[in-house]
Amino acid sequence: MAAPASDPDRDPRRAATRSAIAVGVATAAYGISFGALSVAAGLDVWQTCVLSLLMFTGGSQYALVGVIASGGAAAGPAGIAGAALLGARNVLYGIRVKPLIGGGFWRKAAAAVFTIDESTAVAVAQPTLAAQRRGFWVTGLVIYAGWNLTTLVGALLGDALGDVRQYGLDAAAAAAFLGLLWPRLREVQPVAVAIGAAVVATALVPVLPPGLPVLLAALVAVVVGTLDLFGARSALPDPVEEEARSALHGSVEEERT
Amino acid sequence: MTLWQIVLLASIVCLALKFAGYLVPSAVLEKPGAARTANLVTVALLAALIAVQTLGAGTDLVLDARVPAVAFAAVLFALRVPFVVVVIAAAGAAALLRALGWAA
Repeated sequence: MAAPASDPDRDPRRAATRSAIAVGVATAAYGISFGALSVAAGLDVWQTCVLSLLMFTGGSQYALVGVIASGGAAAGPAGIAGAALLGARNVLYGIRVKPLIGGGFWRKAAAAVFTIDESTAVAVAQPTLAAQRRGFWVTGLVIYAGWNLTTLVGALLGDALGDVRQYGLDAAAAAAFLGLLWPRLREVQPVAVAIGAAVVATALVPVLPPGLPVLLAALVAVVVGTLDLFGARSALPDPVEEEARSALHGSVEEERT
Repeated sequence: MTLWQIVLLASIVCLALKFAGYLVPSAVLEKPGAARTANLVTVALLAALIAVQTLGAGTDLVLDARVPAVAFAAVLFALRVPFVVVVIAAAGAAALLRALGWAA
């Protein structure tokens, strides 16, 4: 006849820890593919590891090495711009989770490093403030440790492989981006933007230096977003929350619910 | 630019963006248009990267083993196969097609 509050299975903080670990482990695992793709793109093992240690935001990391793979160091500025544009959503996540982090400068600074799709999504899905905090920090720590470890393993593996086309690693890069995009295609508007951006980028490949077609394709989103074309006009309760959640992969999401 | 300069500059920019979220006033989010456009920019960039990684080779467009491999990946994602498995399967599909000489 234990009171519900003392039942450990019903403690929202324990539930938050469980989903944080499930999401964290699943996400950290694909650091292997990032590490291997990065050395295939021409970065060395150290540069690959620095990206995971400092940048620590998967989409931007894949984008940077993808542009370097096609254009080399000459495409650097376009690669940096692409990584920054993809990392811009972390600004929205920071705004969203700041109130639940609390604490002073150092705690917020540490939280900023861990502010990514997964930590935001797990945090905002929890019912109580204590559980939100727990979810944020456990997800962030598990992914940070795991992602850096698997990046190193992937980089060393990729280094040992040699000719990457023989192993289909060039196709793996496109598949990785598809995996990041897939969960975001639940409504008409993002699907329309995805098709438009893919067409624009493909059409510009023969006429512009590597990296720039991808940047110009982002204009499709600016036009559609500003005019709200193809939109349901149904203001979601919390667009940032939806965004963070939609960034999680299907299998992980089932684990959480 | 050297690769090290690119790696460090890109990392610093992305880290600065994370910090920016803790510094800007929350009122930014109250404009639904801003959040919606930011979300769509992510979608557009990812879609553009898929297209370029699948069809691009420097400044040329090429149809090779990447095309069927990415189509295979799309089928697997639709079947809710986990991320890592799909990425490995796509690489394996491209490698197999090349080993058999069915695609460049």
